Amino acid sequence: MGMTITEKILASHSGVESVKPGDLLQCRVDMALANDVTAPLAIKVFEDIGRDRVFDQGKVALVPDHFVPNKDIPSARQARMMREFATRYGIKNYFEVGEMGIEHVILPEKGLVIPGDVVIGADSHTCTYGALGAFSTGVGSTDLGVIMATGKVWLKVPPTIKVRFEGGVLPWVGGKDLILYLLGLLGVEGANYCAIEFSGSAVKHLSMDNRFTMANMAIECGAKNGIFKADEITMQYVKERSSRKPVIWENDPDAGYKKEVNIDVSQIEPQVAFPHSPDNARPVSEGKHIKLDQVFIGSCTNGRLEDLHKAADILRGRTIAKGLRLIVIPGSPLIYREAIKEGIIETFLDAGATIGPPTCGPCLGGHMGVLADGERCASTSNRNFIGRMGDPASEVYLVNPAVAAASAVLGRIGLPDEL
Amino acid sequence: MKAEGRVWKFGDNIDTDVIIPARFLNVSDKKQLARNCFADLRPDFSGGVSKGDILVAGSNFGCGSSREHAPLAIKESGISVIIAKSFARIFYRNAFNIGLPILESKEAVDSVEEKDNISVDLATGEITNKDKSLVFSAQPIPDFMREIITAGGLVNYIKAIDEKGGVYH
Repeated sequence: MGMTITEKILASHSGVESVKPGDLLQCRVDMALANDVTAPLAIKVFEDIGRDRVFDQGKVALVPDHFVPNKDIPSARQARMMREFATRYGIKNYFEVGEMGIEHVILPEKGLVIPGDVVIGADSHTCTYGALGAFSTGVGSTDLGVIMATGKVWLKVPPTIKVRFEGGVLPWVGGKDLILYLLGLLGVEGANYCAIEFSGSAVKHLSMDNRFTMANMAIECGAKNGIFKADEITMQYVKERSSRKPVIWENDPDAGYKKEVNIDVSQIEPQVAFPHSPDNARPVSEGKHIKLDQVFIGSCTNGRLEDLHKAADILRGRTIAKGLRLIVIPGSPLIYREAIKEGIIETFLDAGATIGPPTCGPCLGGHMGVLADGERCASTSNRNFIGRMGDPASEVYLVNPAVAAASAVLGRIGLPDEL
Repeated sequence: MKAEGRVWKFGDNIDTDVIIPARFLNVSDKKQLARNCFADLRPDFSGGVSKGDILVAGSNFGCGSSREHAPLAIKESGISVIIAKSFARIFYRNAFNIGLPILESKEAVDSVEEKDNISVDLATGEITNKDKSLVFSAQPIPDFMREIITAGGLVNYIKAIDEKGGVYH
């Protein structure tokens, strides 16, 4: 039996010729990642194991992005613990406030992940790097602490679900809508323990930013990883950012899949995931009665430059609805700077938005836009669980950046065509 | 290794944001985490749970965020074992890594009600509902993962290898 891309990457990092779904492997890690919430526990684990150095100072990335700039005193202590650890052990990829952005935005941006890599992060959205043709998955802090000490992780080889997106997309439909639609189709545990491979004519021409959005949300149906085959678009992106040599894997013709899903994208309208689950996806046209208190544009899902472009194009020359708060958070300092240069930030400010520093912000209910009971928010982020962005009696609706911007102007969920 | 206790029953798709909301993640002290376990969904949990109690849930338990604070908070609360119809992937490995036993059994979950007294034999996967005189068999735990649980978690497992002068690979 042939192997899939995911199986080949895992085999190549485990010193074996071939693997099959269900095999338990000790896998070599190219990049280990943690943030200010997960690193402190991982550091305790690392210290408990008792090694005097990390396995490779260049292959650990520590990014304070969740509750940083420090939102309160306990958060400040956690951030300090991570900073001191980074200094003591000579961690090369520690990013202080100022150079810090959202972990899954800045690692690709800085060329720290390339096709063929194995990236393991103590954050569930580590699956984002599948957009680059890398194997990447989220783990907990103990795993991460062990990886920092040993450079190895135990993994079970996942079976692959192959998804083919075919056809041309409707106006205002992007990667966010394709992944929300797929989540609706598969359900919140429809890909539990599996790899999802994104393929088909509709994703062939998708930009990297759209691919990051899709791979980012693979976890929302339980997948271990979501992966694209690296192509010319990937190579162009990587070439500009890294001097390392990428490894591009292809599926064998006789590779085995657990399931194959074919989707005609020409039937997919812009999507909104209703509370309280990302798989509760419906066409935006079904959400027009939903009045909003807040709109959030940002996160590791949709906080990249192209996302800000799409939102700004809608907001140019318009103002947001009275009484509504629009919070925009660029995913990295580079994106922030570029958005200033291109006048996008001014467009947001003119429309009535406020701009936050590059961080996760309100996505996980940390700070900079937490919701009160009864409040409703349209968000370009990835989760709308009960209490995700604040009070358990608040509601989050997941949308793409263009729909978020249009909804901010309308004061309710709606399409750009309605403006 | 046997566990015995009173059941706390939960439904499907219990996510880690519900197990420990993000506003409590500004600390990593286990006792503080345990105090806020299920803070919004079951405010009676942290005050009412007794050492040895058993958490029973539906499918996809622990979905969402990778926060290990979730299984840590549950373990520190005194829960001895979790039985669910299925577990989300990251939660599953986190639980083993910190030495919190978990078992999968659809039948046992369907038969058990809140406050039932049940016992679990972790070696055999046998689950006994004492109040209803019913016995179920959970899916067996893979050998490698049983070794981790027996060692008391992944850290102790690796330390044991280090002490013997071996290599973790």
